[in-house]
Amino acid sequence: MLIRHTPDLTDNDVTPKEVYLRRREIMAAGIGFGLALAGAGAQAAQVTGKLSAKRTFWTNETPTDLEAVTGYNNFYEFGTDKLEPVKYASALTTRPWTVKLDGDCAKPQTVDIETLLKGALEERIYRLRCVEGWSMVIPWIGIPLAEVIKRAEPLSKAKYVAFETALRPKEMRGVSDRILQWPYVEGLRMDEAMNPLALLAVGLYGDLLPNQNGAPIRLVVPWKYGFKSIKSIVRISFTTREPPTSWNRYAPNEYGFYSNVNPQVDHPRWSQATERRIGEFKRRPTLMFNGYADNVAHLYAGMDLKKYY
Amino acid sequence: MKAKRGFTPDIALICGLCLLPVLWLLWRFFQNDLGVNPVETVVRQLGVWGLRLLVLGLALTPLARLLRQGRLIRWRRPIGLFAFGYVTLHLLSYVVIDQYFDWAQIWSDILKRPYITFGMAAFVLLIPLALTSFNAAIRRLGGVVWRNLHRLIYVIVPLGALHYFLLVKADKSMPLVYAAIIAVLLAWRAWEWARKKV
Repeated sequence: MLIRHTPDLTDNDVTPKEVYLRRREIMAAGIGFGLALAGAGAQAAQVTGKLSAKRTFWTNETPTDLEAVTGYNNFYEFGTDKLEPVKYASALTTRPWTVKLDGDCAKPQTVDIETLLKGALEERIYRLRCVEGWSMVIPWIGIPLAEVIKRAEPLSKAKYVAFETALRPKEMRGVSDRILQWPYVEGLRMDEAMNPLALLAVGLYGDLLPNQNGAPIRLVVPWKYGFKSIKSIVRISFTTREPPTSWNRYAPNEYGFYSNVNPQVDHPRWSQATERRIGEFKRRPTLMFNGYADNVAHLYAGMDLKKYY
Repeated sequence: MKAKRGFTPDIALICGLCLLPVLWLLWRFFQNDLGVNPVETVVRQLGVWGLRLLVLGLALTPLARLLRQGRLIRWRRPIGLFAFGYVTLHLLSYVVIDQYFDWAQIWSDILKRPYITFGMAAFVLLIPLALTSFNAAIRRLGGVVWRNLHRLIYVIVPLGALHYFLLVKADKSMPLVYAAIIAVLLAWRAWEWARKKV
């Protein structure tokens, strides 16, 4: 059992101590930070700031170094090399930023990122397993996806949730290469999206999300391969049919709609039985649903996971 | 004029240059500068340098002809042997630092993963070439047999490029650059043979 809810960790285990000790001060600064931004104009630069959040879910595994979490990213809009997003994602303007909620719902609306940041935020320490065979442990800060979905009051016929990343050719140097069909799109079944583990992250390691990690708001579904956790979201739509997903569209025989972490179902070109935790030398066994079987296995009861990979 | 034999200054320079990538990797290792995923960096760098040297080796004959520099032919041996060296280190790095001697996993990779199957085939085929890369072997085998044996390189280099192409997730541009260069180098040979036959 890897998920521990025993209070053997305190808030200063992940948050750097000096930040933890100054947390009230920092929260106050956060309020001023929004105002400062208003005056900053349309400058394309990394928006930074501290976030305050209550830790609601964690693992006792050591979080991956911040430098690795923010310096080794797959974000093809900024280049296909994992070292490129940290170099080029600062070109992305993340304020103002809104997320459009539409499709089969009673209350379609546009949500401002500042509104979401003002709400109650949670810190969740999740494992992240990339389909390429490496993994990290990341202290995210965010809002349960279910809470945002509920704002729109999806209709009962809405069975799926579709997500879309911003498409800004002037800011995203990678989209001139038609490697994937842009904008990047992802999707979840409604019950997956409503699962309490599904998070819309707005920060990590106590800070606002760095651009290369999907600022200002990204999905985190820790029981699925990393590419399902779509970055820099501008639109969430409710649909009756299974929505297209970018990697599935690129290579349907390699990347399924579900893409749950599953050590028994190999990627056609490589094994998924083991993974290398960034910062460790030896590979470790990959766990079913990335170790979150207790939380999500019921979603797939009776499904042939070799067929619905 | 008799061609200079042995470890001449140009050969020494070639050997020195061929050592640079591995020295650079060692330097980065000691500087703790191999990035977030050092294992991946080492395995990939060794592999890509193996492929680069293999392609360079394949380019020497056409270059010698084109530039009218017969001397270049003598560079094939050190470059080929260094290519074998990098490919061997690449394989060792996969076995030791990537899989950590997980033989069951390695064996199933060889059987089930086409990119590993092709890479392994390329390595196995390189062994006889490396083992016969000295003058006594040429004398023992006779020039014709030796030359036919070493024509295996026309299979090995495309296998190496295929290995690279198949492992890349989406951005195939670099593997395609290698494939294009190799295609040109092999087409040149086909054209030469066809011309000679007429």
